[in-house]
Amino acid sequence: MKLDAKIPEGPMAEKWKNHKFNAKLVNPSNRRKYNVIVVGTGLAGASAAATLAEQGYNVDCFTYSDSPRRAHSIAAQGGINAAKNYPNDGDSVHRLFYDTVKGGDFRSREANVHRLAECSNLIIDHCVAQGIPFAREYGGYLANRSFGGAQVSRTFYARGQTGQQLLIGAYGALCKEIKSGGVKMHTRCEVIDVVVIDGQARGIISRNLVTGELTRHVADAVVLATGGYGNVFFLSTNAMNCNASAAWRVYKKGAAFANPCFTQIHPTCIPVHGEYQSKLTLMSESLRNDGRIWVPKKKGDTRPPAQIPEDERDYYLERKYPSFGNLVPRDLASRNAKVVCDEGRGVGPTGQAVYLDFADAINRLGKEVIEARYGNLFEMYNRITDDDPYETPMMIYPAVHYTMGGLWVDYNLMTTIPGLYALGECNFSDHGANRLGASALMQGLADGYFVIPNTINDYLASTKIEKATTDHEEFVKAETVAKEKLDKLLSINGKRTVDDFHKELGHLLWNNCGMARNEKGLKEALEKIPKIREEFWKDLNVPGSADDLNQALEKANRVADFMEFAELMVKDALERKESCGGHFREESQTEEGEAKRDDENFCYVAAWEFQGLDKEPVLHKEPLEFEEVKLTQRSYK
Amino acid sequence: MSKQINLTLKVWRQSKGEAGRFETYEAKNIDTDASFLEMLDVVNDELTVKGVEPIAFEHDCREGICGCCGALVNGKTHGSHDRTTLCQLHMRHFEDGQELVLEPFRADAFPVLKDLIVDRSGLDEIITEGGYVAVKTGNAPEASTTPIKKEFAEAAMDAAECIGCGACVASCPNGSAMLFTSAKVSQYALLPQGHPERAKRVKAMVSKMDELGFGNCSNEYECAVACPKGIDVKNIARLNREFIKHGFKS
Ligand SMILES: Cc1cc2nc3c(=O)[nH]c(=O)nc-3n(C[C@H](O)[C@H](O)[C@H](O)COP(=O)(O)OP(=O)(O)OC[C@H]3O[C@@H](n4cnc5c(N)ncnc54)[C@H](O)[C@@H]3O)c2cc1C
Ligand code: SF4
Ligand code: FES
Repeated sequence: MKLDAKIPEGPMAEKWKNHKFNAKLVNPSNRRKYNVIVVGTGLAGASAAATLAEQGYNVDCFTYSDSPRRAHSIAAQGGINAAKNYPNDGDSVHRLFYDTVKGGDFRSREANVHRLAECSNLIIDHCVAQGIPFAREYGGYLANRSFGGAQVSRTFYARGQTGQQLLIGAYGALCKEIKSGGVKMHTRCEVIDVVVIDGQARGIISRNLVTGELTRHVADAVVLATGGYGNVFFLSTNAMNCNASAAWRVYKKGAAFANPCFTQIHPTCIPVHGEYQSKLTLMSESLRNDGRIWVPKKKGDTRPPAQIPEDERDYYLERKYPSFGNLVPRDLASRNAKVVCDEGRGVGPTGQAVYLDFADAINRLGKEVIEARYGNLFEMYNRITDDDPYETPMMIYPAVHYTMGGLWVDYNLMTTIPGLYALGECNFSDHGANRLGASALMQGLADGYFVIPNTINDYLASTKIEKATTDHEEFVKAETVAKEKLDKLLSINGKRTVDDFHKELGHLLWNNCGMARNEKGLKEALEKIPKIREEFWKDLNVPGSADDLNQALEKANRVADFMEFAELMVKDALERKESCGGHFREESQTEEGEAKRDDENFCYVAAWEFQGLDKEPVLHKEPLEFEEVKLTQRSYK
Repeated sequence: MSKQINLTLKVWRQSKGEAGRFETYEAKNIDTDASFLEMLDVVNDELTVKGVEPIAFEHDCREGICGCCGALVNGKTHGSHDRTTLCQLHMRHFEDGQELVLEPFRADAFPVLKDLIVDRSGLDEIITEGGYVAVKTGNAPEASTTPIKKEFAEAAMDAAECIGCGACVASCPNGSAMLFTSAKVSQYALLPQGHPERAKRVKAMVSKMDELGFGNCSNEYECAVACPKGIDVKNIARLNREFIKHGFKS
């Protein structure tokens, strides 16, 4: 495998423009002769399917949901970034580019990030034209707010439901193309394999989740926009059906998987409260603007917070980072919460929580001001926990939120399998080792609306794609393998449920490959994962049949992939003996306990190549070069 | 403070091609901090271990935003709490020993697929008829060229909050999709971007609604009571005005 990022020549600010000009085009009347499959209808998938159909391609679009509008993207709250500089506070394409490269701790590809910043403004124009009700000022112009990791206000938002509104916009664009016949939509269809013929991605095998029927679909190119793999941890802020399956299965067919160990942990989530818990709920990061974070100074202090006097409290972020205080970036806020809880100073029934206290802010500003700023969040917290945050501090704890790793793609967003593309959270490309808030929505839409329609042409116009039909032996083989796997899952007849196994795996990963990792813990996980996997295939119980709507079977099929994927994730974490962004290797820290990057040895993208299940994968390195943004150590003291 | 309760569930079970029936299950030692769906997870785990097929129900975000979840709990869509989806309903609102009847959303236009899962694709079909602004990517003018009054943007956003859950349809004695459709029609009627297609949109969406077997609106307003997002019946009035103004002509 040779990694060629295909970064265009020329100065950074000219690369994308030149690249578009140099790309080969497909004549408009020839476009309808090409079939493109798009998997996923989140921001990345829906925008890609709609745009490719607008261009004249025949698009088949798939989602496992009952409606394209349900994709996980719908849950995003905070907002979407763009370098419009409406507030006149010094923003520019270059600054957005700069912040993103630095925020990602210098582990992303500069050229991709620059293009992302360039596309950001077009996204806002397009979404406004779609009728997305972004927040407005009284003068009628678009409103902005600030968000973590940036010193300018560049975030556009639609209440706390930005993801929902952007997704409904992309879904509308998709519906428009369904109506015009450009897109054939396949809902409740899970893609369970990608078919590769003569080294090119040529189609998929999908399973109708209502009837269980397996079907083959042939195409000239396949676009995956299947989201992130955070659910490998079991508990996360992701929607319940998010999974790694499509990405994992193409990895097994030869697509390189990049930086699988990069996971973003969000600092302000409602903590785990019981064994039955299925999901973690995010509380917006904006709460840290006014909330003060603390734990008791003494270990095992179980008094109610109001009875703990001021001088027996440890406002640990303010103490350790006097200039940033409670507003340190996500990775620092998360890691420090873990440290105090590990010391035995965590609060709440499980000891795995810290206080986020608004008492000072309420005294200073009055309850009304706090209510106006955070009322909906307080209500959401109250609904879930039954506690009133106006009266008593919130309890929060970090949770798995976003995965920066994903399928390796070149500048065209093509994986190492020709004709196979990966968009949105499913690829690795723009966020390095740490994603800044409000930039995932931006990337999903940039990839789908603006990048893929300009890069896929070149492939289709310049590549010889032989005629193929679904009778091809590769289709037959892929379908047979898929069927055998489903049958096997149903035939184990063991004693444990899928969730039971998923929880065991997730727990191990959280402890050993979560907020902090070390060699010993990672090696231990590497020993344990194959054992859990073996147990899974021996003792799983999946009731029901394969020719019916069977949610346990769907889940088992996805968890089976997590069982394999987890191992690669841990291997990657073990290999990367530096700390960067969301990846904190305990062996690599400064004297003050801060993350220590090692640019000399690790300034690369780790791209893994599959060799067979019982063989070691091969690590390829794409060296990262920084022409525009100087490599510097981050400091928040 | 959390405690544990026991419940009796009468659950509608229905497989492909079968007539449905109620089955009774015990939900034991349910933590009152758990959500309704987490309670069902616990019950399903026990059923699975006993070799019984788990209760099929739909869910994804579990944050009250995707619109997947929903069932009738004692006859109420999403249970009886105001402005709450089933995934955001917590077990502390139930009593120890209570009996709960669980059924799928009932409406002619929502066929049952299995147990608590119904087919709501009719809602997508209504949107496909014109619930969008037909703009091609890359064609838009600079976003700030059209100022929009804050009040209009806010009102459009109020309407846009619909999560497409279908509770309005299931709670309506006529199975009407009027609240859902009116929310989308209103969002675009309130914004300048929606104006060029205004007449075409309302006509096409309403006629699709009829074609798919959604009932007529007879102003029962059960929809607004059931709606987890508080979509206002004012939107229905706005749809009616739009329809009268634009639907009959053009
Ligand atoms: C609670 C929360 C809040 C967030 N807030 C923000 C925010 O404020 N700003 C921001 O920028 N980002 C935010 N994010 C991150 C952001 O929402 C996601 O990274 C982004 O939406 C991912 O979009 P996507 O299109 O790549 O994937 P997704 O939206 O996850 O879509 C994946 C699609 O693929 C489909 N799919 C997957 N596998 C298959 C398969 N095998 N077969 C068929 N279909 C399949 C699914 O059905 C779905 O349609 C937030 C995330 C969370 C969890
Ligand atoms: S109007 Fe309300 S009840 Fe109806 S689909 Fe929308 S959110 Fe659900
Ligand atoms: S699961 Fe998404 S709204 Fe309930």
